[in-house]
Amino acid sequence: MEPGRIPLDPTMILTLAFRNLCHDRIRLAVTLIGILFSVVLVAVQLGLYIGSSRDITALIDNAKGELWITAYGAKSFEDGGTLLTNKERHQALATPGVKSVAPVLSVFAEWRKPSGGSTRVVVVGADVEDGGLAPFNVVEGTWEDIKAPDGIAVDKSYLADLGVVGMGSTAQISEGRVRVRALTNGIRSFTQSPYVFTPIARARALMHFPEQTTSFHLVKLEDGADIEQVRKDLQARVSPAEVLTKTEMINRSLVQWLFNTGAGAALIGGALLGTLVGTVIVAQTLYSSTKDHINEFATLRALGSSSSYIYKVILAQAAMSAGLGYLLGMAIAMLLVYAAQGSALPIMMTPALAAGLLALTVSMCAISAVSAIFKVTKIDPVTVFTR
Amino acid sequence: MSTTPVLEARGIVKELGQGAGKVIAVKGVDISLYPGELALLMGPSGSGKTTLISILGCILSPTAGAVTIGGIETAGMSPDALAALRRQNIGYIFQSYNLFPTLTAVENVRIALDVAGVTGPAAIARATAALTDVGLAHRLNSYPANLSGGEKQRVAVARAIASEPSIVLADEPTAALDSENGHGVMRLLSDIAHRQNRSILVVTHDPRTLQYADRVIHIEDGRIVKIEQRAKPKRNAAAQAHGSDGVGGHEGKPRRNRSNRGRKTAVQAR
Repeated sequence: MEPGRIPLDPTMILTLAFRNLCHDRIRLAVTLIGILFSVVLVAVQLGLYIGSSRDITALIDNAKGELWITAYGAKSFEDGGTLLTNKERHQALATPGVKSVAPVLSVFAEWRKPSGGSTRVVVVGADVEDGGLAPFNVVEGTWEDIKAPDGIAVDKSYLADLGVVGMGSTAQISEGRVRVRALTNGIRSFTQSPYVFTPIARARALMHFPEQTTSFHLVKLEDGADIEQVRKDLQARVSPAEVLTKTEMINRSLVQWLFNTGAGAALIGGALLGTLVGTVIVAQTLYSSTKDHINEFATLRALGSSSSYIYKVILAQAAMSAGLGYLLGMAIAMLLVYAAQGSALPIMMTPALAAGLLALTVSMCAISAVSAIFKVTKIDPVTVFTR
Repeated sequence: MSTTPVLEARGIVKELGQGAGKVIAVKGVDISLYPGELALLMGPSGSGKTTLISILGCILSPTAGAVTIGGIETAGMSPDALAALRRQNIGYIFQSYNLFPTLTAVENVRIALDVAGVTGPAAIARATAALTDVGLAHRLNSYPANLSGGEKQRVAVARAIASEPSIVLADEPTAALDSENGHGVMRLLSDIAHRQNRSILVVTHDPRTLQYADRVIHIEDGRIVKIEQRAKPKRNAAAQAHGSDGVGGHEGKPRRNRSNRGRKTAVQAR
């Protein structure tokens, strides 16, 4: 056989790695707890990040329009800045490639509870007939009900926060009376100010805004229109207002709520911390395991094993730790995801996140193995004769 | 029995340490190992036995001199090439067994075969056969912790011979064993040398081992000071015809102190 050309049969490598791993059960437990802790922490942090992102962008995602006309410097869907007028709407409608323009009003307001006290809400004024933005996930009532005098729709998960019991309950927004005539399900607000859907005319009236004013114009394009060209033309017409694509509008809202507030940075920071702590714990335990088995690795070297054979044993240990730790961590993470359903802080677990966590766990353990591999590169097989 | 040495070392010098602390552990040693022979390397502590066996086993590089194994000159070879040479030609037996505590007896032998590229059912068959040869057919699935010292060393012997190396280097194989087990292991090694035509070099200072030796090489202060030819293997006649006794620089006259006749095999001896 040629030197270095060894047939690949991982049986003994896996056997040795598994036995080494199980040899010290306390150390194995510490390793698994380290990985588990890391997986759960990263899953929760990134799950919250994804959940928060979905909350932040839910209304934009459900709006039917390719372009958004906003006041210059608008920060988010909830914070559109100065109001636009019908002037921008007419200019937009006159732009080639534009099929329709739907005004959408979004503004923070004070909700006065029937039993006293108040809370902040986001009033979303839009007309379904315009084909722009409509309440979605409606579980009770219809748009026709909302159009009735005083009609609004709120999410059922916020009923207690709003101090109402359900359909037919009344309250005040600013000084105007409103009645819950429809309920949605699962439209959570990242700002913790519930969304209140109502026709745009009523929204303006409630907020004492002039007629024809709005926060945004949602622009639908004709089939086959070149979005970039239309956007360019629109921008030239509506300046100083801005024209954003849907993706840009989503990013503005995400940047505003996740990063300008520091919330997203905290979540990502927590995830990084979890990864770091997991890596350090696994690296420490793998290193000490390798140190404990160093004479066996030296014996392997003396018997003629290649360096890569020993690396494979260590990497197999790391991979086994990763697999076990990931399964345990994901089991706990899924319990937390289930428990957080419907709460103010929903944790999302998507297939992509689950796959990403597996890749992260395996990478974390592989990186952790570096210190152990570094240790075995220094093995001098002559020690088998001298000890 | 071949007159061609399986291992030849010429002019081996090994310096350890540097500057004022430098020690010359091996001082110009010539040595040849032949198939079908059990040789002892004896000497007091600090005489250079371990350093020499490490050099002969390609684990340690000499400061000067040349080692040739199976006709291959080892000087200048990379660590991985030396490792490949080791796994193809040399089996090791260590004083403290160096078994893997987490592997069973058969797995301890299998891993050495795995390193040598023998895998799957063939490895299991060869490991089982090697353990059967050393009388441990009933202990295949025992872990080292459940084996006696003698049994552990026999597992180590099985591991050393399973890949059928031409050379077996044993470092104090009887040092940790009681008299009965010590004799058992030496009988086993002698039997393997003669029956399987392997070259076995045993580093020892255990006088109990002398009766099993075909040749005894005495080393002191890093130099070979005496050779005793205790048996007269067939190769000696041919070797003498070539003007060599197998140990360079020492023209010791071979003498026959004991015969192989009537010697029991290791398995018979148990």
